[in-house]
Amino acid sequence: MNIVVCVKQVPDTNEVKIDEKKGTLIREGVPSIINPEDKIALEEAVKLKEEFGGKVTVISMGPPQAKDALIEAYAIGADETILLSDKKFAGSDTWATAYTLSQAIKEVGEYDVIFCGHQAIDGDTAQVGPQIAENLNIPQITYVMDLNIEGKKVIAKRKLEDGYSIVETSQPVLLTVLDDLNIPRYPSIKRVIDAFNNKESIKVWTANDFEVDEDKLGLDASPTQVYDTFVPTSDHEAEILEGTVEEKVEKLISKLKEKKIV
Amino acid sequence: MDFNLSKEKQMCRKIYKEFAEKEIKPIAAEIDENCEFPSENIKKMAQADMMGIPFPQKYGGAGSDTLNYVLAVEEFSYACATHGVVLSAHTSLGAHPIYKYGTEEQKEKYLKPLAKGEKLGAFALTEAGAGTDAAGVKTTAKLDGDEYILNGTKIFITNAGAADIFIIHAMTDKSKGTRGISSFIVEKDTPGFTLGKKENKMGINASDTRELIFKNCRIPAENLLGKEGMGFKIAMATLDGGRIGVAAQALGIAQRALDETVKYVQEREQFGRPIAKFQGLQWEIAEMATKVEAARNLVYKAAKTKDEGKRFSKEAAMAKYYTSEVASYVANKAVQLHGGYGYIKDYPVERLMRDAKITEIYEGTTEVQKMVIAGSLLN
Repeated sequence: MNIVVCVKQVPDTNEVKIDEKKGTLIREGVPSIINPEDKIALEEAVKLKEEFGGKVTVISMGPPQAKDALIEAYAIGADETILLSDKKFAGSDTWATAYTLSQAIKEVGEYDVIFCGHQAIDGDTAQVGPQIAENLNIPQITYVMDLNIEGKKVIAKRKLEDGYSIVETSQPVLLTVLDDLNIPRYPSIKRVIDAFNNKESIKVWTANDFEVDEDKLGLDASPTQVYDTFVPTSDHEAEILEGTVEEKVEKLISKLKEKKIV
Repeated sequence: MDFNLSKEKQMCRKIYKEFAEKEIKPIAAEIDENCEFPSENIKKMAQADMMGIPFPQKYGGAGSDTLNYVLAVEEFSYACATHGVVLSAHTSLGAHPIYKYGTEEQKEKYLKPLAKGEKLGAFALTEAGAGTDAAGVKTTAKLDGDEYILNGTKIFITNAGAADIFIIHAMTDKSKGTRGISSFIVEKDTPGFTLGKKENKMGINASDTRELIFKNCRIPAENLLGKEGMGFKIAMATLDGGRIGVAAQALGIAQRALDETVKYVQEREQFGRPIAKFQGLQWEIAEMATKVEAARNLVYKAAKTKDEGKRFSKEAAMAKYYTSEVASYVANKAVQLHGGYGYIKDYPVERLMRDAKITEIYEGTTEVQKMVIAGSLLN
């Protein structure tokens, strides 16, 4: 089974600073991690490879420092990792990102399953996975919380707001996964050492290394422009009730009565 | 000297930190209270290739070095000193002598499963009448055909109840004193080899420390490590390396005690302001932090010296002596600055203070380290 996993390197905190002019995140000085749901995607891919054999290729688009995320992906069990890094890709929105990733996946060649995390913690759009499936014209199953593969058949349990649904399709397929799906393993120290000793373990592709239409890359090709970025403020005021447990309960009940909740 | 860690080591450290934070820290207080060996976590460490960090990949290791292993012991000990000593005793004392002195057959049979973490290692030199004075070893090994017969009792053996492979030191020729000691590889469950009582310790309570009892225990002659009479040399060289591990453990404890204190003094208010605003207390913090930093430099330098293939006995002894005293000093201060809260088990500094003390004692007491240091200068 040939599996492709798309991962994104994201800042390891919600307290990131924002570049007010560009409306983007300031990444310098903030520790970076593999987007948590992308790690779930990678774990599932490595598990499937261990069960059915085949190959796991991890692709990421980002600045040169995103290489660290790919070294970690290699240490978790990816066979091949590719970083798409070129100034031409900079400023891509989800549409341009999905286009670039799709073209890279075509270059990688045959695939049976493509995994993506459902969304990245720095953007929360949940669009890239579905857009890749559309670009490649293959079925997609989103919000996957449980997965069964029987031959070419793919049966996935999708988490919905008010329950779940079970969907069946056939390969090739793109799946976006939730953190209910598995508990990702820790990277192997041995494979970290291998990744640093073997420069071939992380390939870097620029726009010249695979077939792309340059008019569809980066900020200029991105239909979404960031109008404004701000830290949401809450207009709700919280009150902390003081006193013994009995006093606090009494105060709480009177407050609830006051608001006519009880 | 380059004080920066390579990118590779920074990444490994990040992995150790994450593992310690998610897997070790949440259970540390509980396993200390229940004296429960962390078997599940040891399995997880093996899955992430953390049980044979400094050994070549052809022997099942991660293919890295002592400094990388030190980072693991430090980060794990930061969360729980028991995890630190389990890894340290397994790697430096159980597996390393086989790597350094074993035959290819011994490496294949014993080092590989140890380095992969499929088996756990331990090391036994100490007896009721022999510790610092190795010549007092009373356990004997007598060659009988193609077997050695072991008789005697070892005490205070770290990992004893959980280990699969033991390095045992026994007298093959009493008349030669320390030159009559030999080292052997002994598997658990060998007939004639039983475990004695589990020690009830002050700290590192989740580690399994016991007696090993040998009564006419027959082991294949091919399990002799090195040659007959080399045991003292093997033990001393092994302990040199082990001391770097204990120093790393002490460093983790000291750093944790410092961090807990820095956090606490900024939260705790007295006389209407955080106690961190008092200058007397700031000076204590400055002293603690400086000692921890100095200790770190000694520990990393000892590891680097070993990795460069140079003699490192003095560096290891200095690192162990200084860092273990720093761990006790900083943990003691941490309890003091936490006041009454430092003395109860709701805060981790109480455990850190108990755990720190052993680092001044095992694998050579502070006094022994000073003998080693002075010996290297005065000869």
